[in-house]
Amino acid sequence: MIPVRVEASRASRTGVWVGIAAITMTFTAFTSAFVVRQGSGTDWIHFRIPALLYVNTLILLASSGALELARPRMTRAAALGDAPAQGASTWVAVTLGLGLLFVCGQVLAWRNLVAQGLVLATGPSNAFFYVFTVVHALHVLGGIAGLIYLLRRLGQVPASLAEPVYGATALYWHFMAVLWLYLLLLLTVRL
Amino acid sequence: MTHVRETKAKIAELKREAPASFLRRYVFSLDHKVIGKQYLGLALVAVTVGMILSWLMRLHLGYPKLAIPGLSTLYPSGAAGGVMTPELYLSLMTMHGTIMVFFVLTTAPFAGFGNYFLPIQVGAEDMAFPRFNMMSFWVTFVAFLVLLAAFFVPEGAPLSGWTAYAPLSAVGKDAGPGQGLGQTLWGLSIAIFCIGQLLGSLNFIATTLDLRTKGMTLGRMPYSTWAWFITSVIGLIAFAVLLPACILLVLDRVAGTSFFIPAGLVISDRLQPHAGGSPLLWQHLFWFFGHPEVYIAILPGFGIVSHILAAHIRKPLLGPRVLIGCMAAIGFLSYVVWGHHMFLSGMNPFSAMLFSVPTLIITIPATIATLLWIGSLYGAKLRFTAASLFCLGFISVFVSGGISGFFLAQPSIDIYLHGTYFVVGHFHFVMGVAAMFGIFAATYFWFPKMFGRFMNETLGKWHFALTLIGVYGIFMPMHYLGLAGNVRRYSAFTDDYMQSAQPLHQFITIAALFTGAVQLLFFINLIWSRFRGPAAPDNPWEATTLEWTTTTPPPPNNFGDTHPIVYRGPDEYGVKGPNGDYLMQTDPAGA
Repeated sequence: MIPVRVEASRASRTGVWVGIAAITMTFTAFTSAFVVRQGSGTDWIHFRIPALLYVNTLILLASSGALELARPRMTRAAALGDAPAQGASTWVAVTLGLGLLFVCGQVLAWRNLVAQGLVLATGPSNAFFYVFTVVHALHVLGGIAGLIYLLRRLGQVPASLAEPVYGATALYWHFMAVLWLYLLLLLTVRL
Repeated sequence: MTHVRETKAKIAELKREAPASFLRRYVFSLDHKVIGKQYLGLALVAVTVGMILSWLMRLHLGYPKLAIPGLSTLYPSGAAGGVMTPELYLSLMTMHGTIMVFFVLTTAPFAGFGNYFLPIQVGAEDMAFPRFNMMSFWVTFVAFLVLLAAFFVPEGAPLSGWTAYAPLSAVGKDAGPGQGLGQTLWGLSIAIFCIGQLLGSLNFIATTLDLRTKGMTLGRMPYSTWAWFITSVIGLIAFAVLLPACILLVLDRVAGTSFFIPAGLVISDRLQPHAGGSPLLWQHLFWFFGHPEVYIAILPGFGIVSHILAAHIRKPLLGPRVLIGCMAAIGFLSYVVWGHHMFLSGMNPFSAMLFSVPTLIITIPATIATLLWIGSLYGAKLRFTAASLFCLGFISVFVSGGISGFFLAQPSIDIYLHGTYFVVGHFHFVMGVAAMFGIFAATYFWFPKMFGRFMNETLGKWHFALTLIGVYGIFMPMHYLGLAGNVRRYSAFTDDYMQSAQPLHQFITIAALFTGAVQLLFFINLIWSRFRGPAAPDNPWEATTLEWTTTTPPPPNNFGDTHPIVYRGPDEYGVKGPNGDYLMQTDPAGA
């Protein structure tokens, strides 16, 4: 019989991949709406996206890097059996901090746009800007919830038991970064 | 004290025992079987509401001047004196369609029975993510409450149909009563529903792929498991697209955006303060979900019928792999045919052809599946039970509704028929009634496993026969009405060219009342059997799959102390086995 741990690990990874597929479809639908809407009216306002977004991008990429730094520590501790993952928690906490910083940065970017008078109803281009960035930020908050859960698990159980949670959370978190890069490219090119 | 309680709960969780607290056991349960029953209970409530709404509509269509007792109390503005206004008719139609498609046809055959039986059929102890599973149900429940709330807001329920076509669904109360807060609640409800179904689909996929027991290869999975798995893949993609569409719709309504509202739109003599949106964009996004939704409703029926028929004909179905391939092909093709719902939207005729061809192609796997079922009946010693009769009924209504689909798939014919009762008859047969027959078959078949008691077979057979007569009485004449040019979505036909069709409308109304009343047999049977039905053994139908290897009803961890090992496929009927003419999937003999 397959050990329960292996099953759980596999299922959580599959679950994240399936979630990634669903999120990809959601943003594909938004993107197609974006392209169609841009072509359907004459009210498209071109504007420059806040420069802060580039700083936020670096923060998100750095958070992904920090999470990867936890990986060898997790693997090493898991190989030792029931040892706790020394040092992994620190990097996960750093990832969490950077993730929260990213969300705060996004909020500042929205406030920046609002200060320019660009709210949801001003025009379709900034409406899409808000839709893309807010929905992405909500998904990042989901990832932050995952990181908090991972931190808790790391404090409660040996690394071998926390590793599946780490694998699933890291996969999701890196996807958030990739998705953001795509959105940034789309918004930079088409807005 | 708290510590002791927590420890006991932990031990129970580790031993996979049912939790002691009432709330954790029956309300916020993590057990997929309880969640499956909760989904079925929700569907039962929803179908009752939806059926009452259809009765009200049919009463008005058949007897437009009839004052319906009590209606003026329920809807003072929509039914003064008890006679329904056209607006109220449209809001009842909208709510009927929405409730039936989302909260009955999606929840019962897929989320309800799938939740209960998919983990058992693959030999798992539970779903891959039990907490997500519980969330999936409660999110769906909240969505249902939000939708029902639309009945009670001051302007009433929305009237833009279950398809909520923009721009009327997007502009607000100028578009009519119910298009204010009622329509916003509709958008929110469906968005919430999408989240619930995405969580459910995620669970179904991960459980099927990763939690199968030893020996349960993909090739050995029962038809029903395959159908739920394929449906969950379809649902994952479809609801992931409807969710953003609903978000954009709600934003158009509450935030002043113009995703779906064009420039210069005048409604109720008022120029709408929006510009540049595309109503067609909504149609594309909606139908990209909407057509696969047809298969989300019907594919579980394919699996259920195949599963039950095999146990009743006592021999393997013809072409089991072809049958599963057909379901997968239908699932794939369901994503490239959405435009056939939009032939009248002014699309380029070449685009129409692009959607017409795959629509015709999708009839090929559907026809092959049907022929495999019918062919399997040849020479079979069919056991006539209520479950098997509903399977035969499923095939009958699916074929009847499917054949009219051939006509509608062709743009030149669809342009004439699209706005008529022909389409109403078609989709009710092929999607509504067929799926309902699948639900009934599944209920009669799996009730003994779920509740440890048989349903009454005599009542079940009467239920089948009268329902079959009733649904043909309702929906077959609609095809003739459509061919005669009887438009749909109108509340009455007393003052126009369709007056001569009024007697037929009255006949349909009587048939609808009759069919609805017949469902009382089912409700009585359900309740009576739950408490007084004869006790059922573990494997009453002499079937082969894993749900019949465990006790009746199954223990909290599904299989008790043993873990099933699978040695064969689910089709081992008509062979010599230790207990009769079948070999169970866990039977090692001859492996």
